[in-house]
Amino acid sequence: MEPLERYRPIVDDFEAFLAACRRPLGNAVRANTIKAPVDRTLDALAEDGVAYEQADWNPRVLRLETDSPGSTWSSFHGFTHGQEEVSAVPPVVLDPQPGERVWDCCAAPGGKATQMAALMDDRGTVVANDNNLGRISALRFNAERLGATSLAVTNADARNYSLDRFGFDAFDRTLVDAPCSCEGTIRKNPDALDNWSEGHVSSVAGIQKGIIRRAIQATREGGTVVYSTCTFAPEENEAVVQHALDEESCRVVDFDLGLEYSPGLTEWDEDTYDESLERAARIYPHQNDTGGFFVAKLEVTAP
Amino acid sequence: MTDDATPGEDRELAQNDGQRFDRLPATDADRTVEGRVSREAVLDYFADRFGIPPETFDDHSFWEKGAGKIWIYGGAAPTPIEIEAIGMTCLRTRQEHWKPTTDFAQRFGRHATDCVIDLDRDAARRFAAGEDQERDWDGDWGYLIAAHEVAGEREPLGVGLYVHGELRSMVPKGRQREL
Repeated sequence: MEPLERYRPIVDDFEAFLAACRRPLGNAVRANTIKAPVDRTLDALAEDGVAYEQADWNPRVLRLETDSPGSTWSSFHGFTHGQEEVSAVPPVVLDPQPGERVWDCCAAPGGKATQMAALMDDRGTVVANDNNLGRISALRFNAERLGATSLAVTNADARNYSLDRFGFDAFDRTLVDAPCSCEGTIRKNPDALDNWSEGHVSSVAGIQKGIIRRAIQATREGGTVVYSTCTFAPEENEAVVQHALDEESCRVVDFDLGLEYSPGLTEWDEDTYDESLERAARIYPHQNDTGGFFVAKLEVTAP
Repeated sequence: MTDDATPGEDRELAQNDGQRFDRLPATDADRTVEGRVSREAVLDYFADRFGIPPETFDDHSFWEKGAGKIWIYGGAAPTPIEIEAIGMTCLRTRQEHWKPTTDFAQRFGRHATDCVIDLDRDAARRFAAGEDQERDWDGDWGYLIAAHEVAGEREPLGVGLYVHGELRSMVPKGRQREL
């Protein structure tokens, strides 16, 4: 937990934060409405004998009381997909609509990409990209199990992604769920902080900046880009969004989220960030008994 | 000036390319790749074999990658296209009996009225685990959609092969579950 000490000045009730980070996380699943309406999934879980709690902020997120959420008929039929509660936040903030063209530029293993396809009633185009060929097989497996037919999978580096292959020149919305130092997944993966170093944070931040820039360029004017990570490091969050504000045509916008969270930072170490970064959300594990997440919503503006 | 390209040459059959997706031609008459099935043939198959109405697929296009691996896609894309996946695999053609995929059966099988075999919970459990089982069936032999009741409605489990009094589970290894 040592790397988390640097956040003592910015996290309210830091001891509660540390205590939450030490507690393991329960099992959450997302109801996949491509396969069945939420009510039917709840009935199927009841038939499976699995108790559940429906999240207040999102009726499609279910906390299950079972150690093996994959061994249910609901899972076999693709009615449910194992997905951490906070991991369901970025697609909700992106709010993709049926018929739109949406890019998930770091998509594997596909929980968020299939969530977006479901939010779009599986109508439209979800381009699920990942640069790691090995993880693409997991992405494809999940997409087919969940019945997503609106999803196209590509294997490329998001930083210099070409839309030529699709014959259209911009997406309506883009999700940048960036590769990160994963501090917020400590409850799921106790090894998450083993390889933590400032050098790693700074090198991954360089990649994040390249991806967010390309995401904004590939999204139409008036379109939406959501930037998210599962880490607390301001270098990978506010600083990356600040870089996008400096280099591309976009602005940070508000969003509603029925979860408790803290506002984004406007200063960290020696750096200051644009005041609009307060509109971003820092979700800490002790606030909703979840993993940690950062989410910022951007609108692409005229150049 | 003479124009060497004749209509006859335009219609010459091209090769199937295993590295890219090509949209299926609307009808057999529109075919430009030898052995490639048409959209019409695919819709006829789903209607004739399973009673799935062709209009079920009005918003979907069908694609081939490699010989006989057919994909169903609901999004926008030009043809041909070289990407990793387009929608989901749905059907194997270019073999004596066409074979739908488990994932297709789970996604679209609820529209089927023919060649659906209803299993009780125990039989469904064995099917999901990949087991073959003896049972009677007075319909056509061949590929069937196996289903059971979940939360008050019939729900497709996947594709089975019925021959000689035996229902064989076609659920792929990675999708099998002990339930």
